[in-house]
Amino acid sequence: MHAVIIDTLSKVYGKDKIVAVDRVSLEVKKGELFGLIGPDGAGKTSIFRILTTLLLPSSGSARVDGYDVVKDYKSIRSRVGYMPGRFSLYQDLSVEENLTFFANLFNTSLKENYKLIEAIYVQLEPFKNRKAGKLSGGMKQKLALCCALIHQPSVLFLDEPTTGVDAVSRKEFWDMLKRLKEEGITIMVSTPYMDEAKRCDRIALIQSGKLLSVDTPAQVTAAYSKKLFSAKADNMIRLLYALRASAHVSSCYAFGETHHFHFQEQGSSIDLLNELKQAGLEQIEIENITPGIEDCFIDLMLEKTK
Amino acid sequence: MYFLNWPEKQREVPTEMKQFLIFVRKEFKHVFRDKKTLLMLFGLPVVQIVLFGFALTNEIKNSKVLIVDYSKDQATCSIIAKIEASTYFEIYSVTQDPLEMEKAFKKGKIKSGIIFPLNFSYDLHHSGKAQLSIIADGSDPNTATSLTNYLNSIVQDYIHQVSGSRTGLLFVKAETRMIYNPELKGAYNYVPGVMALVLLLVSVMMTSISIVREKEMGTMEVLLVSPFKPLLVILSKAIPYLLVSMVNLAIILLLSVFALGLPFAGSIGLFVLVSVLYIITGLSLGLLISSAAASQQAAMLMSVMGMLLPTMLFAGFMFPIENMPMPLQLFSNVVPAKWYYIIVKSIMIKGLGLSAIFKEVLILTGMTVFLLAVSLKKFKTRLE
Repeated sequence: MHAVIIDTLSKVYGKDKIVAVDRVSLEVKKGELFGLIGPDGAGKTSIFRILTTLLLPSSGSARVDGYDVVKDYKSIRSRVGYMPGRFSLYQDLSVEENLTFFANLFNTSLKENYKLIEAIYVQLEPFKNRKAGKLSGGMKQKLALCCALIHQPSVLFLDEPTTGVDAVSRKEFWDMLKRLKEEGITIMVSTPYMDEAKRCDRIALIQSGKLLSVDTPAQVTAAYSKKLFSAKADNMIRLLYALRASAHVSSCYAFGETHHFHFQEQGSSIDLLNELKQAGLEQIEIENITPGIEDCFIDLMLEKTK
Repeated sequence: MYFLNWPEKQREVPTEMKQFLIFVRKEFKHVFRDKKTLLMLFGLPVVQIVLFGFALTNEIKNSKVLIVDYSKDQATCSIIAKIEASTYFEIYSVTQDPLEMEKAFKKGKIKSGIIFPLNFSYDLHHSGKAQLSIIADGSDPNTATSLTNYLNSIVQDYIHQVSGSRTGLLFVKAETRMIYNPELKGAYNYVPGVMALVLLLVSVMMTSISIVREKEMGTMEVLLVSPFKPLLVILSKAIPYLLVSMVNLAIILLLSVFALGLPFAGSIGLFVLVSVLYIITGLSLGLLISSAAASQQAAMLMSVMGMLLPTMLFAGFMFPIENMPMPLQLFSNVVPAKWYYIIVKSIMIKGLGLSAIFKEVLILTGMTVFLLAVSLKKFKTRLE
C-alpha cells in the first residue's frame, strides 16, 4: 500500500506558461521517510502544495492515503499534517497557545496526543509562555513540527523544514523525524541540502520540475558509473582553471574545500600531476573518492542538459 | 443509512461550535496584543470627534469684531454691549478711525467689523431709519455669511427691543429660524459623519488586514489544510471587529452627547440595530478587499483609497451632495456611508422612527447582502 501516489503530475503557472512541475511520477510507501531533494525553484513546493490540496494540478493526478487530491480534498485536509516552507505560526501567540490552537483546529487536544509530540515538546516546555515570534529558528521549527503533528496525521508533509536553521538543530530535527517514522507516520520531506538525503529511506532528485532519479540513497550513489577524483592544491582557483583546461579531465566542478573531477577515457593521473606542477601549483593531492548524493545530482543534471 | 449517520452528525455540531469559539478567542488575542493597532482603534474615534467637534468647525465662537463708531450715542453703545454679551463675538476694539479696521483685516486680527455712521441714534428715532455697515472677511465665505447673519440679528434684536418700548413705531423684522439645529452647531453635522467614517474604516481596514496577514504569514496555508471550514475562518475574524466597532460606537455616542452636547432624540435600540447592519456592510467590504490584496500594505491602501476618500467626499457631511455635478451625485448612491449618515441624522437629531428611514435601511441591507455574497464567492478554498 502506498501513502502517496503521483502520476505524470504537471503544474503550469500563469499566462507565461512557466512549467514548475513536469510530468512527475513517484510513489511513497506507507511508513517511509521520503525525501524530495533539489535546489530552490526545482518545483518541490509546488508538488507539496498539490499534495496538500492547496493547488490544483494542471495535468496528471495524485492520491494521498488513497484519496484524490482534487475530488477528495476535504478528506485529505483532515488526515495529513503540513508544515509550509516558512514556519507558519502565530508570532503574537505563545508556544502553548499556538499548540492548543492547532490542536483545536483538528478537533483534538494537547493532552490527547501529547505522547506523540512529547519528545519534541519537552525541549519547548521551558519557553511555553514565550511568544512564537521571539523564538530562535530551531525552536520555531520544533514548534511548527509539533503543530503539524498534534492531530496524529497519517502522512506528514514537511516543506524545507531545515532551511534557515543551524547545523545542530538540523541534526536534531532529522533525529526527531527518525523517531516519528518509528511511530509509523509516513513522512515526505523536501530539502535543498544534499547532505540530508542520506537520512531518508528513499529520495527523489528533482531539477527544473523534472525527476532525475528515485531510489534509496545507497542505490543512487551505487548507480554512479564513473570513477570520481578529488583534487587539492595551494591555489584552488588556479587549480580549477588548470583542471578544466587539461586534456586529461572530462569534467570538473568546485565542491566545498576540494574540486571533484573525472578523467577522460585515456586520461592518466601521472600526466595530469606533471601538467599541474608545470602550471606552478604546489601541494597537489589527488584522491579517488566515493561519490556522494550531490555528485550524483550534478552528474544526472549534466546528463539531462546534454 | 440516513439514521445511522444521525448520531455522528449530532456529535459534530458542538465540536464545531467549540472550534469556532477557540478561533474567535484567538482573534481577540491578536487584537488585544497589538497595542499600536489597539490604540489606533480606540484613539481614532476620540481624536476624530474632538477634531471635528471642536477644532475643525465653522461654528462661531468669540470671533473678534472691530467697531468704528462715529456716533457714540446711546443706541450704538447698547448694540456694542449686546455684541460683547453674545458668546459669538468678542470686541477687538472700538475706534473712530476707519484705517484701523483696514489694518486689522489685513493682519487677520478680525473677521468682521461694524461701522456706525454719525447720528445713528438720531436717525433711528426721528426718521425711523438708520444705516450701518457690516463688513466681513469674505475669504472664508461660510464663516463670513454666518458672522454677518449673527451681527445682523443682534442689531435687529436691539431695534425690536426699542420699538417694543415705544408705541407708535413698528419695525418689521424678518425672522429666520433654523430647525433641528437652532444654533447651527457644526457638531450636528459632523458627528453622524464621523460615526459613518470611523465605523467603516475600522471594520473594512481591520478585517481585510487581519485576513491578509494570515496569507502573508503563511498561516492561511495551514488553516486551509485542516478540517476547519473556510467560512468559519472568515466569520470568526468578523466577530472581534464587530465588537470593537460597537465599543467605538458607544464611545462616539457618549462623547457627542456629553462632551459636544448633542441630543439623542430617537430610539437607541433602532440606532444600534442599524449600526450593526452598517458595520456588517463594512466587514463584508473588508472581506472583498482581502481576497484581492496580496499584502497587508495593499489591503491598507485599498481600504484607505477605496473607503476613506469616497466616504469623506460622498457621505454628505463635508460637501453637500446636492451641489455636486450629476455623475457624482449618482456615484454617491453606492457609498454606504451616505445612507448611514442619513439614518443617523434622522434617528439622533430628528428623532424619527423606522418608517422614516425604511428606504435607507433597505438600501444598506441590499448592499450588505450583495457584498457578502460576492466576497464569499471569491473566498478561495485553495491558494489560487
